[in-house]
Amino acid sequence: MGWLLLKDLRILRRSPLLVALLVLYPVLVAALIGFALSRGPERPRVAYLNQLPANDTTIDLGGERIDLSRYTEALSANVETVPVASRSEALEAVREGEALGAIVIPPDVTQRLQSGLEPASLEVLYNAEDPVKARYLQDLVKSQVQDANGVLTRRFTEVALDYLDLLVRGGDLNFLGRQFNVLGLERSERILRAALEDLPARSSARPPLEQVIGFAALARENLDLADDALTAVGSPIQVRTQVVEGSSASLSSFAVAVAVTVTLMFVTLLLASGLLALEREENAFRRLVRGLVSRTALLGEKVVLAALCSLAVALVMLAGLALFVGLDFSRAGLWALALAGGALAFAAMGVAIGALAREVRAASLLAFMVALPIAFLALVPSGAVSAGLYGAIRFVSALFPFAPTLDAVEAALSDAGDLLVPLLHLLALTVGFGVIGRLGLRRFG
Amino acid sequence: MPRPADVQATDVAGVVSASPGAALEARDLRKRYGRREALRGVSFSAARGELVAVLGPNGAGKTTLLSVLAGLTRADAGTVSRPPSEVGWVPQQAALYSKLTVVENLRLFARLERAPDVEGAVARMLDQTGLADRGRDQVGVLSGGNRQRVNIAIGLLGEQPVLLLDEPSAALDPRQRERMWEFVGALAAEEGTTVIYATHNLQEADRHAGQVVVLADGERLFAGSPRELEATVEGSGAGDFEASFVAFLSDHGH
Repeated sequence: MGWLLLKDLRILRRSPLLVALLVLYPVLVAALIGFALSRGPERPRVAYLNQLPANDTTIDLGGERIDLSRYTEALSANVETVPVASRSEALEAVREGEALGAIVIPPDVTQRLQSGLEPASLEVLYNAEDPVKARYLQDLVKSQVQDANGVLTRRFTEVALDYLDLLVRGGDLNFLGRQFNVLGLERSERILRAALEDLPARSSARPPLEQVIGFAALARENLDLADDALTAVGSPIQVRTQVVEGSSASLSSFAVAVAVTVTLMFVTLLLASGLLALEREENAFRRLVRGLVSRTALLGEKVVLAALCSLAVALVMLAGLALFVGLDFSRAGLWALALAGGALAFAAMGVAIGALAREVRAASLLAFMVALPIAFLALVPSGAVSAGLYGAIRFVSALFPFAPTLDAVEAALSDAGDLLVPLLHLLALTVGFGVIGRLGLRRFG
Repeated sequence: MPRPADVQATDVAGVVSASPGAALEARDLRKRYGRREALRGVSFSAARGELVAVLGPNGAGKTTLLSVLAGLTRADAGTVSRPPSEVGWVPQQAALYSKLTVVENLRLFARLERAPDVEGAVARMLDQTGLADRGRDQVGVLSGGNRQRVNIAIGLLGEQPVLLLDEPSAALDPRQRERMWEFVGALAAEEGTTVIYATHNLQEADRHAGQVVVLADGERLFAGSPRELEATVEGSGAGDFEASFVAFLSDHGH
């Protein structure tokens, strides 16, 4: 087996163009996929009309000044703005396709918010011809408005709580430039109780006074509880996130994992299938298996060689990416383990493909035709299709090495998930595809 | 490591000893592919140093017979006196690695054949095939004739006493063909190698073979010298091997 391995290495060394293509093409495809996965959607062109007077962008809530321009600027910062002078111009820009949508901030937003009595509103106009960008625009406005709402609600709540505190405990209040002293329920109750003690026992004023004291005590106690209620109203729904399915890897490490797995897949499949098909193309297969090498040893040699070569390529690629993405080099041993498991499974699949083809070109074409769908299938996210179809996709993906290799690489890169399970999965696939390849070779005597 | 081909030979019908003087003997070989009978009880024997031509129209079973003798195909029944490990095999199409040089091809197969002296075997084959000056050339740049010489040299590396050649001159021009037959003739005459070759070229069978085995529809119709075949045909075919052969097949309904 060793002599065959050296022979194949020598043949590869003498085919520099083929090797360069074999390495560069998958790396290029992988880099493009990784790039596509790691960047957000392109910023949409949006007509932007801010009608807020430049000197009237702040509101005063209980002494705290909130500058609304901070939020309007955030809206424009995340889109490519098309300046317009009026709402009709904005509408025209959207209608003519100059802009995907328009954001109109009316001039009375500040006054409405300052009054605390009427809600303010923004206007969003959009063209739905590009659903992805339209969705992005809607989400962008919603998230920015939500941010502003959050700040304003919190401040409104704090102001309300201050007033309630003033009602319960009393204190000074500044209103329209005049200073007032508010008695407060606590002090009212104390004064009333003192007055009650001074009254004769049979005084007819006692019952109504006792009623007022009871009301003041009840109001004070219940308004004390209003703090928590108002705080809850300020943020009625709190979000807690929990990962139920899939890894919690960052987008960049996921993109790296996808890029490296795609490279590993292409290099290994093409190499393993091509090397085995080459034995047949050169007519050497029958000469070899006529007692010089067993079919199983021949298959094993191709699997080992393809796995070693692709592992080296993938490790170099990963190390290079690590310099830019900031991966943890102390986990390099796990990277190698995950990639080795994937390389062996892909190599076994490659020889199964190679056993079906008589020529290198046919084997390469078959490898491409098989590789792309299994990669795309494994990348279909849950929720993108119906539950039944997603279950079927997961089942089919589990029959090929891409999905478990991606899981293993993700786990090795960022501790996102278990490494052992995908490795065992890959081991089973290596054995399974090895058996298929061996059975495939039985056809050729 | 057990050689599958060896095991196969034993499985078919056991390796039996040849008749006295025979280097290789095949008895009652039968092979069926589905409903088609490729070999129907074919028997023949070849002496040491003899050249045997296997002749027949397309689909006669020539390649199947050589494949069974080489251990590439398992016969359904019948016996062969030598296991495949004692039979050298040269396929019709050169089985070589075109990206390797002549020497590298020879060295690889000598190692896989477990030749006791690899470099000695390579040097001997380069000398025998007259390719010593092309040893460092990649096989991919060689002419068809030279590729076939390397192909034959690889078949000889195991130094087996019997050599099977499947259409050995099919891709060669007349000059290359002549050189190849000189080489093969010397092998038989000087080394005592028994050479069994399948061919469509009746002239080559007539000129070089001591025995011709004629197959048609998987059946052996004749085994004997070219002159004996001519003698079986009455009339105008006598004295012309090609005409005799055609007449012979016609007489047998082919």
